[in-house]
Amino acid sequence: MSFPWANEYTPKAPLMKWIDERLPLPRLVYNAVGGGYPVPRNLNFFWNFGVLSGLALVIQLVTGIIMAMHYGANDLVAFGTVEHVMRDVNSGWLMRYAHANGASFFFIVVYLHIFRGLYFGSYKAPREMVWLLGLVIFLLMMATAFMGYVLPWGQMSYWGAKVITGLFGAIPIVGEPIQTWLLGGFAPGNASLNRFFSLHYLLPFVIAGVIILHIWALHIPGSTNPTGVEVKGPQDTLPFHPYYTAKDGFGAGIFLILFAIAVYFAPNALGHPDNYIEANPLSTPAHIVPEWYFWPFYAILRAFTFDFFFIPAKLLGVLAMFASILLLFFLPWLDTSPVRSGRYRPMFRKFWWILLADIAVLGYCGGAAAEEPWVMISQVASAYYFAHFLIILPLISAFERPDPLPGSITEAVLGKDDHGAETAAVAAE
Amino acid sequence: MATLENTASGEVSAEGDGVRRRDFINIAAVSFAGVGGVVAVLPLINQMNPSADVLALSTTEVDLSGIQPGQAIKTTFRSQPLFVRQLTETEIAEADAIDASGLRDPQTLGERTVDGKTQWLITMGVCTHLGCVPLGAGEGENKGEYGGYFCPCHGSHYDTAGRIRKGPAPTNLEVPTYSFTSDTAILVG
Repeated sequence: MSFPWANEYTPKAPLMKWIDERLPLPRLVYNAVGGGYPVPRNLNFFWNFGVLSGLALVIQLVTGIIMAMHYGANDLVAFGTVEHVMRDVNSGWLMRYAHANGASFFFIVVYLHIFRGLYFGSYKAPREMVWLLGLVIFLLMMATAFMGYVLPWGQMSYWGAKVITGLFGAIPIVGEPIQTWLLGGFAPGNASLNRFFSLHYLLPFVIAGVIILHIWALHIPGSTNPTGVEVKGPQDTLPFHPYYTAKDGFGAGIFLILFAIAVYFAPNALGHPDNYIEANPLSTPAHIVPEWYFWPFYAILRAFTFDFFFIPAKLLGVLAMFASILLLFFLPWLDTSPVRSGRYRPMFRKFWWILLADIAVLGYCGGAAAEEPWVMISQVASAYYFAHFLIILPLISAFERPDPLPGSITEAVLGKDDHGAETAAVAAE
Repeated sequence: MATLENTASGEVSAEGDGVRRRDFINIAAVSFAGVGGVVAVLPLINQMNPSADVLALSTTEVDLSGIQPGQAIKTTFRSQPLFVRQLTETEIAEADAIDASGLRDPQTLGERTVDGKTQWLITMGVCTHLGCVPLGAGEGENKGEYGGYFCPCHGSHYDTAGRIRKGPAPTNLEVPTYSFTSDTAILVG
């Protein structure tokens, strides 16, 4: 994989030679995440979030499989078994809090990973496939998280399921049959709960599979880097192990400290008290909101309160919400600037910050009640979101005058004349 | 299929158009297997549709005698909420005062109730937007800007005839099929 100067895997111990000739798995690992995989030498801490996402998935898999040992996927007992996990199962409270907060932390690191990609142009050629597969993982994560949130069978679980499956009901003609088919009934019930549990258990393994493709696609051209300038020679790279295993290890330590603080000291900070009330089909909670990681998309969904020509508001909102994600699949072809990194794109950089602020505003509106001024603000912010990708990015790509790029990664790190430590210290920041 | 091109049995048909007997067998066999595969998938998809016990529809009988004008009750019909409301004279007047043709889902109160029993508004308690239960049936709940029902999820306002007036919901609250079995009882379904 990647560069011709990559270290060759040469097993010395007879056992390792024996294995290498029969199943070269250690060779694969060495070439993928070991000393045989050269990585640009100038990656900053924003390049930690891919590995951290993987770590978050592992935490979810382990705690989730344990939770499944104590959970009953039946609408008569589901709520009770979750309480049983919390009160009676040894360390059950820890497993559940780790799993619930683990989902939030998974989304936090994935969002940072995505925004890193947006800023440094990671989606551009030749890494389009990495970006597209990443979006597939993101969609799978959203489906998994949604179905997982239904399983405790609390009020938010029930009404979340009803609202989200109701999205499909907005599709003309086939919508209602699809909604009934998804739920296995006319409203969420035992059939819905069972299938959501089954799929919630399945999808993380599908995610793991797509992650393998995501990494495979990444390892063809190798990682990009903060300058966006391609690797030109051996002097631009360092072996993944020990340099980036150490850097990722440090990042993982910080991540786990923050995760532990959330799990042990504020386990319910990101949850909704309503979900500690058992599902009641006759009473809607006063304020239905999804989990925080869906808020920006939820705000777009709710922004459409008016019909547009013959399209009813309900369908418009649903279309806009799905479009806001599907749009990202076209990003590599909407941003046509040959310069990757936002570091050398003064206009692009400003609009990246505006986009970030816009999504934060959408997120806030998505978590707020469906009343003014939030509806109006989400309308403006939704319009800007689409304008950023469909109008602003292509225009910037056409008219922006990028700053001069460094000749190579090494030049960016060590300075042009490459004379020693003091320049290195300055340039490497 | 491409790998078969050089096999010894690659007899070309008499017309000389390059089509071999084996091509027909290939296409026929793969098509047959394809149709079989699709048929095998159908039950895998269909098992997710509502099962017989869910489909076993029931009817619901509601006793209206205890509901005073201005009051409403929530009950269930096919495991979904049902609103039964006795409108006051003012509420009926309010609903009739509006020109229905200008509404998003044009219907008059008369079309949504039984003749001679206009005061009984029977609707599903399911917001037509995304299926939340609107507020307004219970004592002291927010009835929205038009005095009927208000859906807290996405801010749909329904008037005293259960018609959508403001917000994202596309249609009026659904009126299920029902009939009066006596002056004070209805059979829904």
